[in-house]
Amino acid sequence: MDLELSPRYVEFRDECRSWLHDNRPTEPLASMDSAAGFEEHRLWERTLFEGGWSVPAWPAAYGGRDCDLVEWLIYEEEYWLSGVPGRVSANGVSLLAPTIFNFGTQAQQDYFLPRMANGEHIWAQGWSEPEAGSDLAGIKTTAVRDGDDYVINGQKTWCSRGKYADWIFCIVRTDPTAERHAGLSYLLVPADAPGMTRRTIRRLDQESGFAEIFFDDCRVNADNVLGEPGQGWAVAMAAAGSERGLSLRSPGRFMAAAERLRELATANAATGTAMGETGGGLDARLRDEVVDAWIRAEAYRWQTYFVAAELMAGGDLGSEASLMKVFWSEMDLELHATALRLLGDEAEVPSDWLDGYVFALGGPIYAGTNEIQRNIIAERVLGLPRR
Amino acid sequence: MHFAFTDEHDMFRDTVREIFASECSTEAIRESWDSVDGRVRGLWATLAEVGVLAIMAPTEVGGLGMDEVALVRVLEEAGYGGVPEPLVEHVAVAVPALATAGAAELLDAAISGESTCTVALATGGPNVVAPVAADLVVAEYSGSLLAVDSGALTVVPKDSIDQSRRLAEISYDPDAATLLAGADVALASDRAALGTAAQCVGVARRLLDFTVEYVKERRQFGKPVGSYQAVKHHLANVRLGIEFSAPLVYRAAWSVAHCDDAVVRGRDVSMAKATASDAVDRSCRAALQCHGAIGCTYEYDLQIWLKRGWSLSGAYGAASEHRDRVAGALGLLG
Repeated sequence: MDLELSPRYVEFRDECRSWLHDNRPTEPLASMDSAAGFEEHRLWERTLFEGGWSVPAWPAAYGGRDCDLVEWLIYEEEYWLSGVPGRVSANGVSLLAPTIFNFGTQAQQDYFLPRMANGEHIWAQGWSEPEAGSDLAGIKTTAVRDGDDYVINGQKTWCSRGKYADWIFCIVRTDPTAERHAGLSYLLVPADAPGMTRRTIRRLDQESGFAEIFFDDCRVNADNVLGEPGQGWAVAMAAAGSERGLSLRSPGRFMAAAERLRELATANAATGTAMGETGGGLDARLRDEVVDAWIRAEAYRWQTYFVAAELMAGGDLGSEASLMKVFWSEMDLELHATALRLLGDEAEVPSDWLDGYVFALGGPIYAGTNEIQRNIIAERVLGLPRR
Repeated sequence: MHFAFTDEHDMFRDTVREIFASECSTEAIRESWDSVDGRVRGLWATLAEVGVLAIMAPTEVGGLGMDEVALVRVLEEAGYGGVPEPLVEHVAVAVPALATAGAAELLDAAISGESTCTVALATGGPNVVAPVAADLVVAEYSGSLLAVDSGALTVVPKDSIDQSRRLAEISYDPDAATLLAGADVALASDRAALGTAAQCVGVARRLLDFTVEYVKERRQFGKPVGSYQAVKHHLANVRLGIEFSAPLVYRAAWSVAHCDDAVVRGRDVSMAKATASDAVDRSCRAALQCHGAIGCTYEYDLQIWLKRGWSLSGAYGAASEHRDRVAGALGLLG
């Protein structure tokens, strides 16, 4: 065990830190869920790519720098601490890319990965449907083979970045006679395919947080099936592992948030907020909440480094990714709820904390609800009977 | 950056796990409750033989020369095994204090198993563990540590709900004690909290294993109670508590072994103890709830770990006290 950064890692961290410092946008970008903000964020992706920092964990051949897991975690810590914009490419880079690396043909890898790395293709996920949320295997959208094409009919919903994305990665039913998990295929669909209609769903804060996507005889070339036709469930579940575990939510994000919460609490202690008290110090209960947020961010960080060491030694993450997903999503929500309590009567006024809170509310819901995750923990990690 | 135990650590862990399983069975623990000193016959000698008592002693004096990282791996197993010996006090606190002070004879007796040590630290409150069994108390006095021979103690026993914890309040004449020059009270207190946190994680793991087995077997409404989501989610929460407290304990162990900054070291230890105390509390609650009435009985062995969890959760600082210390390190105490 050695928890110091070796000189090689220190050098990596310093290079990353100074690049982020030097290339950080001077003005905050507009929301990535607006038309203008989406393109501003795409430009930021391009800047990251040109600096070699858009996909550092990927092979150099596809625009990465072959980082090991520890380097990637350091990169994420620096990224979030630096306060640069969020990643409009996250769906693609975090969720789809691992699947393309695992299941893609050489041609698919060569076409999609470089375009994902440089921001030319921004991806959205098309999995959930109005009648298939937690019960994902209940999807009804069909794709029927017709010559060189598949013809898609149906509806996807809750697609983050779905309104402006360039491509959608979908799970569709290609064999209507097969039951549930069988007969599904993983299909990559360009957003300009004829027969696709996209409609914004306004989130409760009036941001266009997601889209619903309608397919009416939408045609896509059969080359765009990822993995074997009919194997869509297995291919999708590999990505679901990434979504829950390391790649979507690295500890750096929460460490940065916990540090900002600490600063908010310190300021709050100095000025006071609620009920007209000023400078009366920090309420003991709120102080405990801030301490807890900080401890949880540290716990997630060290648990991740522990898991990373196991993975680097050839271990496998598997169902334990569900433990991480429950933990980070509930930590994030609690952390932002504490911030709003610290803000007191200012909490309802729009702020980064309020935006963060609304975003965090989704954490226990997306990527498999935490109820489903707890079932997975109980059944696959603890070995309790399914029924 | 390599956050993993070595093969040597794991082999040592496996060795002590086997010893605790064979020599510290629940029958042996129950027998120890009926003895005067509350100890498991023969166990101390075995632990001396395999070097557990000497983990923290330098190799020059016959110790293993290992550090807190190796130690927490072993103490976690002691928690899992329900071991009633004063291991944290002896191995984590007294031995390194005696070594630092160069108290050669006392140290030699301690690592050979000839003697048993306990400690009396301010952070442990007035209740000293196992002074009846102990030959030596390493006691905090006026900012220093003293070695007090058991013959010089006045002992007033106190009951604990955990019959394996033989508590007492002690008094002694400091002029008749030996100053352990150079031994640091803050470091000793951090080691006590760290070792207890490791045991809490082990206790929590045992409670979870116990309960998982039970809910797979116990049937109601025609199926195992472990197939119901309400039960599953209780136990998933326990698993979460363990998953995210153990790494903080390992990290704190590394800090105590390698970090010269007492504030950072103390913060890391307190994060570990606060989290481990919470994890074991949650385990106790869920284990009892998922067992139902059988879990509250004296006959059923779950009680051994329930009571250990309750007592260790508060020992050397409850979660709230350690949170306060973290708050101080984060500059939140004003």
